Amino acid sequence: MYSYTNFDAAFVRDRVKEFRSQVERRLDGSLTEDEFKPLRLMNGLYLQLHAYMLRVAVPYGTLNSRQMRQLAHIADTWDKGYGHFTTRQNIQFNWPKLKDVPDILDALADVGMHAIQTSGNCIRNVTADHFAGAAADEIEDPRPTAELIRQWSTDHPEFAYLPRKFKVGVTGSPNDRAVTKAHDIGLRMVRGEAGEPGYEVIVGGGLGRTPMIGKVVRDFLPKRDLLAYLEAILQVYNLSGRRDNKYKARIKILVHETGIDELRARIEETFRRNRRLLPDVDPAIVARIEAAFAAPAWADRPVPDAPRLDAGLASFIDTNVVAHKRPDHAIVSVSLKPTGGTPGDATSAQMRVLADLAERYSHDELRISHEQNVILPHVHRADLPAVYAALREAGLATANIGLVGDIIACPGMDYCALATARSIPIAQQISEMFADLDAQRDIGPLKIKISGCINACGHHHVGHIGILGLDRAGVENYQLTLGGDGTETATIGTRTGHGFAYDEIVPAVGRLIGAYLDARETPEETFLETYRRLGMDPFKAALYGQEEQADAA
Amino acid sequence: MTQIVTRQGFARETWPEAGVIVTFESLWNGQDLPIERPIGVRLAPDSNAADLEPWFDTMAMVIVPFGKSADGRGFSLARQLRQLGYAGIIRAEGHVLVDQFRAALRVGIDQVAISDEQAARNPEDQWLAVPHFDGYQSRLFAAE
Ligand code: SF4
Repeated sequence: MYSYTNFDAAFVRDRVKEFRSQVERRLDGSLTEDEFKPLRLMNGLYLQLHAYMLRVAVPYGTLNSRQMRQLAHIADTWDKGYGHFTTRQNIQFNWPKLKDVPDILDALADVGMHAIQTSGNCIRNVTADHFAGAAADEIEDPRPTAELIRQWSTDHPEFAYLPRKFKVGVTGSPNDRAVTKAHDIGLRMVRGEAGEPGYEVIVGGGLGRTPMIGKVVRDFLPKRDLLAYLEAILQVYNLSGRRDNKYKARIKILVHETGIDELRARIEETFRRNRRLLPDVDPAIVARIEAAFAAPAWADRPVPDAPRLDAGLASFIDTNVVAHKRPDHAIVSVSLKPTGGTPGDATSAQMRVLADLAERYSHDELRISHEQNVILPHVHRADLPAVYAALREAGLATANIGLVGDIIACPGMDYCALATARSIPIAQQISEMFADLDAQRDIGPLKIKISGCINACGHHHVGHIGILGLDRAGVENYQLTLGGDGTETATIGTRTGHGFAYDEIVPAVGRLIGAYLDARETPEETFLETYRRLGMDPFKAALYGQEEQADAA
Repeated sequence: MTQIVTRQGFARETWPEAGVIVTFESLWNGQDLPIERPIGVRLAPDSNAADLEPWFDTMAMVIVPFGKSADGRGFSLARQLRQLGYAGIIRAEGHVLVDQFRAALRVGIDQVAISDEQAARNPEDQWLAVPHFDGYQSRLFAAE
């Protein structure tokens, strides 16, 4: 794993020092809230409904045990004993006091972490495949790329005041687990004609008010040209992105209004010009980054053959464990979605358990997924029973990864100042409706995603079932979309029709799932496959059927 | 009136009174250049740096406009001028925040011209207090 150089460490400390003096000036009144606002946002500090919220970057979702323990320590010392993992591979602390924030930032700096560029119209924390370095289908670990982008985008003088925020996602696998097509720039590792790795570059994806699937701007970009190409895209966007309307300022609107061909021509021209002038990245830095992500020293131990597993462990392995690039290892996903819980929340005690397990069984590595779960990426198969037992004791063994209970939900009205509706209670009620894990397994793979407003932090557009909470004349109203998909076959979901009230939405989701169970041809046919085969009709009938009859009567 | 700010703090206007500032429009429309020297040019927010290339050697100064605080186009314009090889003075004019000063110098801007009213609100010590530590980019692109 990458660890801070002296340069990184000094840089982060300088930023903390600067912010400490700004907080002091805010507390003694010499800075007004208006003046302070942009400064705190540059350091990830938001003002929410009830309190400040600090958003901490987990670059490309990778953490070691020491960092996880420090997050637990922060939660205990300066917050209410828990943290919330987000769909952007960040962790948010919901209750810090302003006077404590510089100390929290210092505590983060102690373990090589920070909250820089987690807000504002800049290049945000770069995200990556949460199975990076472990996935069986991987062309190359995307994290050296992501780390290079992190360094390049941090404090970039040209791109700190973009028309709008800018998100970059990277995957090293053909199976896209990083939702790259919903990013301002998505990078997918591919091989060139001679088998050398490079990137397919996608621009203009994004969810929010105007959801769009990104378009390919370059089929194959050699690795060494990466930063020069990113600079070209950003420069074109910075100069020609719209600044007259914040809802039209994302690069997806520029792609849409200019057309991908015209925009590609401009980007390529800028790239050709700038590449001549931009020196190559210092190869020593690249080499150091790549070395930091070298594979761990795998343990060559036998895997006990066909052990008799107890039922709990067997179903845990079935749902939460997937193949590793080494057959004797496995990737374990730890669900932060217990029945009735808040998706993505972890207590400090749970964080410590995860840190211990990572240290003992996963080469000291943890990942945060955009699906708000925690991954132990490198577990030897012989250790699966021990890991499962420890997780169960900590209340972390919910075997529902990828199932109906594994719901993504943004914080919504319970925390977020922008929310138009609650999202957490909807997730809790749905998971309670399907508390029986056997029933969940029978329903099979199903992604429900919930956002508490049009900003779509809960990725509802790419949920197989998407739920968007709106405000209709002061009353919460929930809109449903079906058929969304966030993978390499990315699709924006389609609206079903009129929305549902707070107390109607959960039964409506129940009817959708009932309709699927009735309509599927075999138990293997997933919800998404059934929807693709049959279209909207049977689901509409399940949702609105009674009304139609009432209308007819 | 405006106040010039450089890395050394508040500075007196160095552009000679006899010098001329033309607009980019007038260059682009093919008007004759005045005989007086030095000549500078004031760009518009949506000017294209590459369009100015034929006049790089003639222009002793390029003025890059900064609009509202959220408008970061000036950073790209200035950097493009440097990337294209412009070696004269680049002046940022308009609403440059103290917090943007370090970035402005890093993209190749030499001086900032702010309004007297802003100079009263952001006195010299605030500009002098800006730390000019190195960024990641100068490390990554070692030869830049
Ligand atoms: S989707 Fe809306 S309510 Fe939910 S976290 Fe984002 S901004 Fe807040």
